[in-house]
Amino acid sequence: MMIPGYEQTALDPRAALEARFEVEAFHASYCHMLDTGDLVNWVDFFDEECTYVVTGRENAEAGLPVGLIYAEGRGMIRDRAYAVKHTQMYAPRYMMHTVSNVLVLRASADEIRSVSNYLLLQTLVEGRTTIHQAGRYYDTFVRRAGALLIRERRCVYDSDLIANDLVFPV
Amino acid sequence: MFSTTDTVIHPPGTATKEREPATYVWPAAGLTEVPDWIYTSQVIYDREVERIFHGSTWNYVALEAEIPKANDFVRSWIGPTPVVVARDADGSVHVFENRCAHRGVEFCRHSRGNNAEFVCPYHQWTYDMRGDLQGVPFRRGMKGEADSGMPRDFNPAQHGLHKMKVARRHGVVFASFDHDMEPLETYLGEEIVHDFDVLFKGRQLRILGYYRNELPGNWKLYHENLKDPYHATLLHSFLVTFGLMVAGSKSAMIADPSGRHGTMASAKPADVTKVVDASTASQMRAYRTDLKLEDPRFIDFVPEFDSPWTVTMQTIWPNLIVQRELNTLGVRQIVPNGPNSMIMNWTMFGFDTDTEEMTRHRLRQGNLMGPAGFLGLEDNEAIKFLQEGVRRSPTEVGILKLGGTTEGTATTLVTESAIRSMYRQYREVMGL
Ligand SMILES: [Fe+2]
Repeated sequence: MMIPGYEQTALDPRAALEARFEVEAFHASYCHMLDTGDLVNWVDFFDEECTYVVTGRENAEAGLPVGLIYAEGRGMIRDRAYAVKHTQMYAPRYMMHTVSNVLVLRASADEIRSVSNYLLLQTLVEGRTTIHQAGRYYDTFVRRAGALLIRERRCVYDSDLIANDLVFPV
Repeated sequence: MFSTTDTVIHPPGTATKEREPATYVWPAAGLTEVPDWIYTSQVIYDREVERIFHGSTWNYVALEAEIPKANDFVRSWIGPTPVVVARDADGSVHVFENRCAHRGVEFCRHSRGNNAEFVCPYHQWTYDMRGDLQGVPFRRGMKGEADSGMPRDFNPAQHGLHKMKVARRHGVVFASFDHDMEPLETYLGEEIVHDFDVLFKGRQLRILGYYRNELPGNWKLYHENLKDPYHATLLHSFLVTFGLMVAGSKSAMIADPSGRHGTMASAKPADVTKVVDASTASQMRAYRTDLKLEDPRFIDFVPEFDSPWTVTMQTIWPNLIVQRELNTLGVRQIVPNGPNSMIMNWTMFGFDTDTEEMTRHRLRQGNLMGPAGFLGLEDNEAIKFLQEGVRRSPTEVGILKLGGTTEGTATTLVTESAIRSMYRQYREVMGL
């Protein structure tokens, strides 16, 4: 197991399916928001106490904690959104996420753990569309007023050699 | 060559700045002008590999903390050349080409690991952790068959892996193709050794992880970037917006006597408003006093070094950057990848004495640097833009006139003196 805590547990098939629909719906709105460039509301997908880390598979497998992006708490999420939007210089680009293979690992009334594959496509205005990252989301969701929020999201990418940089969150 | 994407676009109709070797002549203006072809020419690149990376230089290859035990190894590079860094049972560290002495196979394929010997997968030639040849299958041939096996005079001692000279200082490992290389400390010079030791002396490092990225720009641009204090408060709005560094901060650009190495140093102001007067503020578009981070912990500085500087970025010629940015610490290895590209290998670390909270502080502060860092990503973008500019326009030179014709150490941010001194020694080595 790459990340402790993300082992497959025995699940009632109906409950697993229901949880999977919920997670898929979450991914769809999360990715839509990032792909349309709406960083301001990105923070609303996170619980107050949260961890958000983007790191390479080599680090994850070796248990090395570093993150390309490493945020503890919603304050840091908001600061990153602000910094990217208002302080950063980068070539214009479009990002597109596609998420698949949503696998529910654990599901209870107030928490879901899942792992999902993602492809992050990047299109620089004058270039072709490239696969910027192939990775997996390791997610822990908590339920707040009926909706899922991220307690922990670890984006672990296989694509070890990053093409120049990662401007937007994953 | 590696390439993550075709990020450097070569539009139809644009000539490359490639020319006859004899016509590579530096502009008459001297060091205040830089010809574009030093960034774009394959001829120049090949000469750099031969004279600089494979020449009389000390190249960073690894941290000892990555290979703490006997038989630990990591893959590394000297210039574009793959090498292996290995620790032998007696604790000694050896660096050799990652190329089987038999047919040239790049035999070591794992970034890091532990083994008592290296076995080339093609024909099972085996080497020990010093790079000496230990075994050749069927060396004596098949019994009773004529002209089978190696000749009688084949001497394994002469067919080991190509070995490099090794130097270590406080847990940092360097290697050189030149076995007559001067001592590392002489090569670095007192000024550079001083700030290097501030970070490494008496410390046990704890590796926090790695990043790797391909940067579509010439490798020298990374040295220039960190010998260019002028850009810091202009490109990096984040520094200025959140008061980490502003024009007027206490700072220095330190160069060694040879001009090839550098330390860009600055001290985070305790109160930015006392540093910035109205005329300075008007030169920095990003200067704001009204903005605050929601979680300002991540730009805090926890004092832990005997130094007047809160930030030192060292450029150690030709392939090492030592990052001490507040409390986020790391080394970056530059792997040149043709004239238009480089690979950056980042190793981030803390110290074995760090508390859990200190480790987390370093990890949070890591958001400043790296390929997704608020400072790091802008440098990568700017270097890419520069490379595209010099490749795609017919104009031939850039200018380096800030600070006049001064060279080396400077106390003002508004200067290019350390870039000029770097190019003085570059021209000597390159015969340009
Ligand atoms: Fe910079």
